[in-house]
Amino acid sequence: MNKPLLGALVGGILGVFDGLTALVSAPETAPQIVGIIIGSTIKGLIVGVLVGWYASRVHSLAKGMIVGLIVAAFFAFLIAAMPSPDGTHYYWEIILPGSIVGLIVGYATQKFGTARARAV
Amino acid sequence: MTTWLSNTVVDHLRVVATWPELPGDRYVIERPIGRGGMGTVYVARDTLLERDVAIKVSNAPVAGSGLDERLRQEAQVLARLEHPGIVPVHDAGQLADGRMFYVMKLVHGETLSAHAKRLSGEASVIGVFERVTETIAFAHEAGVIHRDLKPSNVMVGRFGEVLVLDWGVAKASEEAAASATRVGTPGFMPPEQARGEATSTSDVFALGALLFWMLTDATPPPARDDALRALNAAARPPRRLAAIVLKCLASEPSDRYSNAAALAADLARYRAGQPVAAHRETTLERIGLWFIKYRTFILLVAAYLVMRAMFAFLR
Repeated sequence: MNKPLLGALVGGILGVFDGLTALVSAPETAPQIVGIIIGSTIKGLIVGVLVGWYASRVHSLAKGMIVGLIVAAFFAFLIAAMPSPDGTHYYWEIILPGSIVGLIVGYATQKFGTARARAV
Repeated sequence: MTTWLSNTVVDHLRVVATWPELPGDRYVIERPIGRGGMGTVYVARDTLLERDVAIKVSNAPVAGSGLDERLRQEAQVLARLEHPGIVPVHDAGQLADGRMFYVMKLVHGETLSAHAKRLSGEASVIGVFERVTETIAFAHEAGVIHRDLKPSNVMVGRFGEVLVLDWGVAKASEEAAASATRVGTPGFMPPEQARGEATSTSDVFALGALLFWMLTDATPPPARDDALRALNAAARPPRRLAAIVLKCLASEPSDRYSNAAALAADLARYRAGQPVAAHRETTLERIGLWFIKYRTFILLVAAYLVMRAMFAFLR
């Protein structure tokens, strides 16, 4: 499996899981859970493709994980910047776990998946 | 007019007079760098290609003796084995007096006997040892058995390259099995080789003895329990690594790895944190290995779950 596809798969699965955890960390968001899961999954897919694309070009575990962290934190920030219907922002609750998801995607795409061979 | 030469010059001329007379003027001998039972190695200048080379010249007292034949065989074996871990042969021929010589690449470095002191940590020991094992695996694949592996026959170059030297007693597998000649070095030689029977598993024993020596700075005692005790006392290697060494050192050839490639594969598994053929892991050990292998991933998932739990509790 190529790295961008692997990134999308890992990011998507973790995105679904990350969205579902909102039921535990912020139960009052239950009425919006479907939207949260869809948003979180799309975020995971985009982060996964970007981090996987980077991993197919740069082979460094540390750099891959840092890029995963930054990209995921950025997208998590975009989502956290959107207030809930009661006007509350969940910056820490979204950005911190979302960043760790980025680290996991960075780790997975560096360790596994096949990089496209370069023409010599 | 009489010219007096100083003692130093006379001594030098006396030494130079003992150096072999090479045919033609392509190679100019500069100095001897080593002498073994079979031949003497000199540094020489290749005037055609303008580079330094090493020339091994037979120590045979007269041309055509057994030593000449062995040197010829060594040159042929080396020429057959083209591998980064084996010194390449450039040329071969006969001296004016009929003795054999061959020309090879000059390697700048030191033998493992001297280099081992500078190896710090298990990873660097395994790194060098794996290169030796891969070279011997290549030779076994080509049907050649070294028969005299020991620290002084391994060279570590200036840039970390590892070369296996002295293929003077190496034989094709079938010839070695049929030969009743006793060759090798005590401490690095398995019991069957002492009886004149050598196969690829004999090299595996020597490799085990080499790794034992690299870990403990001593040759292995004959009994398995003594070897394990000495290994644990000197190096305290992980159980899996000790099992690999002991499997190589088994007194029965059938209990060893069948060849160097099988040993190299087990070493690679050891380095990758996977179960090795030499040691049957307990369930607990397998779980431990899995945790070590995926520790970063496990830590990240744990960090994620802790963070989520923390946010849930803080509300």
